[in-house]
Amino acid sequence: MGAALVRAVDGVSITIRAGEFVALLGPSGSGKSSLLNLIAGLDRPTSGEVVVMGSDLAALPRENLAKYRLHTVGMVFQSFNLIPKMTVLENVELPLRFAEIDRNQRVARARQALERVGLGQRLNHRPMELSGGEQQRVSLARALINNPTLLLADEPTGNLDSRTGSEIMDLICGFNNSLGMTIVMVTHEQALAQKYASRMIHLADGKLVDDLPNHPAARMDAQWKGSQ
Amino acid sequence: MEGIAMKLYDATELALRNLRESLFRNSLTTIGISVGVASLVAMLSLGIGLQQLASRRLQKAGLFNTIVVTSRRDGGFRDQREEASSPAENVPLDEPARQKIAKLSGVAEAYADVRFTTDVLFNGSSHLTAVAGVPFSAKGSDAFDGMQGAFFSSDSAPEVILQKSFAAELLGKNPRLETNENVADLAHPLLQKDVTIRYAERVAAPSNTGEGSGYSVVSRQQTLKIVGVTDADPESIRGPGRARVFLPLKLAQTLHVMQASDLRDTALSGPPTYPSLSVRVNDPSTVPAVEDAIKKMGFSAFSIADATRNMQQFFAVLDLFLGIFGSLALAVASIGIVNTLVMAILERRREIGIMKAIGASDADVRGLFFAEAGAMGALGGIVGVTLGWIIGHIINFGTNIYLERRHLAPAQIWYVPLWLVISAIAFSIIVSLLAGLYPAARAARLDPVQALRYE
Repeated sequence: MGAALVRAVDGVSITIRAGEFVALLGPSGSGKSSLLNLIAGLDRPTSGEVVVMGSDLAALPRENLAKYRLHTVGMVFQSFNLIPKMTVLENVELPLRFAEIDRNQRVARARQALERVGLGQRLNHRPMELSGGEQQRVSLARALINNPTLLLADEPTGNLDSRTGSEIMDLICGFNNSLGMTIVMVTHEQALAQKYASRMIHLADGKLVDDLPNHPAARMDAQWKGSQ
Repeated sequence: MEGIAMKLYDATELALRNLRESLFRNSLTTIGISVGVASLVAMLSLGIGLQQLASRRLQKAGLFNTIVVTSRRDGGFRDQREEASSPAENVPLDEPARQKIAKLSGVAEAYADVRFTTDVLFNGSSHLTAVAGVPFSAKGSDAFDGMQGAFFSSDSAPEVILQKSFAAELLGKNPRLETNENVADLAHPLLQKDVTIRYAERVAAPSNTGEGSGYSVVSRQQTLKIVGVTDADPESIRGPGRARVFLPLKLAQTLHVMQASDLRDTALSGPPTYPSLSVRVNDPSTVPAVEDAIKKMGFSAFSIADATRNMQQFFAVLDLFLGIFGSLALAVASIGIVNTLVMAILERRREIGIMKAIGASDADVRGLFFAEAGAMGALGGIVGVTLGWIIGHIINFGTNIYLERRHLAPAQIWYVPLWLVISAIAFSIIVSLLAGLYPAARAARLDPVQALRYE
């Protein structure tokens, strides 16, 4: 995997290397979510380039952009974005349907992904029957199911209490450590970024304000938890 | 290698789930399609049933494998096409010609028609009618299906079979009004009774000049036993000149009845010719080929296939109109599909956004909505065909009650062939998919960022 170069939002140019844990910080309306959507291939820049692993997302046909979202990116949202009429298992295996994986293989892989986020049961429950933390675990499992190289998180702890939020952050951090997954997380909580991210990028009014390396306090802690 | 959309099975499974989610709304839409398909099936099956009823009547008369051959110079059934195409005029329809026709491939037999008009005496009163000879091979053919009594005991037995309307006439009933009378009731007082026919016999006389055929005419009469009364009208092909009394062919030939063509033969002083031949083929499908071959020989040929061509045209137009009216309801129902799916897009905006965010392509989303439209079409088609079948049954049942009240034979005026079932369901699916085109395209183009922002 090569370096991931991203240039985005109002003259902002940033380069994210493989394996980094980047926190995008800034007040609401600062353009951090827009930047994340550009990296996710959900949106296209009106001008400029979004180059991920050598290919310019802005120039990709819609079909290839969908494949990029399917195979290269995993996404986690503040509001979980699970499909309410589907069970936990079905939500997690949904990306595999789009990838045309056979049913029996799908179920096995979905169970595996759910175990990795610490959810081994209640697989046939609907998302609404689970707690917020559990729902975010399901959404994490769904993001991981296609083994993406890039995990994008948009305020992943925004709807959770601090204790559950920490559990989710530990999981994300664990993927960064043990799998070498590149992580870009949008947050407005300075403390959260300081605790987990290896780099903090501050945006305001769509412009780059600050780009600082960080030595996460939780890194050792997460490694310890991940080895358990 | 992966395609551009998820597997059809997966799309269908998800589509069926989605349909179950808004069960009430989707049921209403599907019922709309069903009613459309049902009206289409009911209309078309009525058209097909009527067509079958009409051709079954003709088939019952055993005429689908018969060709009537006449000489061109008799006028007969000629048409301009024949006259223009063949230079051979004046080919005599005589014994050598008959033998030639009999040898054509596919021909079972070719026999000279014996038909004459005569007085039939019964109970002291006389009735003028046309009489025709019937070959013994007609025994057991469909032509005398449902006949009361029995077929001739031999090819030259002094026996007759009466057509129903003539039987009614003999009994002093108005044949026009009584044609719907039960054959058994008519046959009962007539069977085994005798009738007498009066006719002019042509007796060969030695020629004074030594050439040609001179003859004299002698008045004769012959008593015949009524052995059968038939419901069918085996002569219907001949129109108003059709015979209503039938004799065994051999017997009719030995009577040497003076026929119309004899006079002409005398005038032209040629060899004796036949007024017409009946040609029976082995397989009804060979009728057109045999007919062509006979026309090439210089004769006029006519078969029921010619007569049914007009009928088939009529039914094709009828079916078309019935089909158009039937389709109207389906067209209205397809608007319902568009409406339902557009509603579904509004409701499932967020869901579509999520699916796109986690990797669904435009084709996946389009396929999902397409599958929903198709599933509604298939379901509506199946229910609709069943509904149409039931409606048809009810109409048929009602018609038969009406017919029975009027002492008419029950009829199957309604028929659903397998191809109609299959094509009605296929048509329903195709119409539904067409209706799904716009909603599916709209769902596929949905912007995921906006869809996810939407709460």
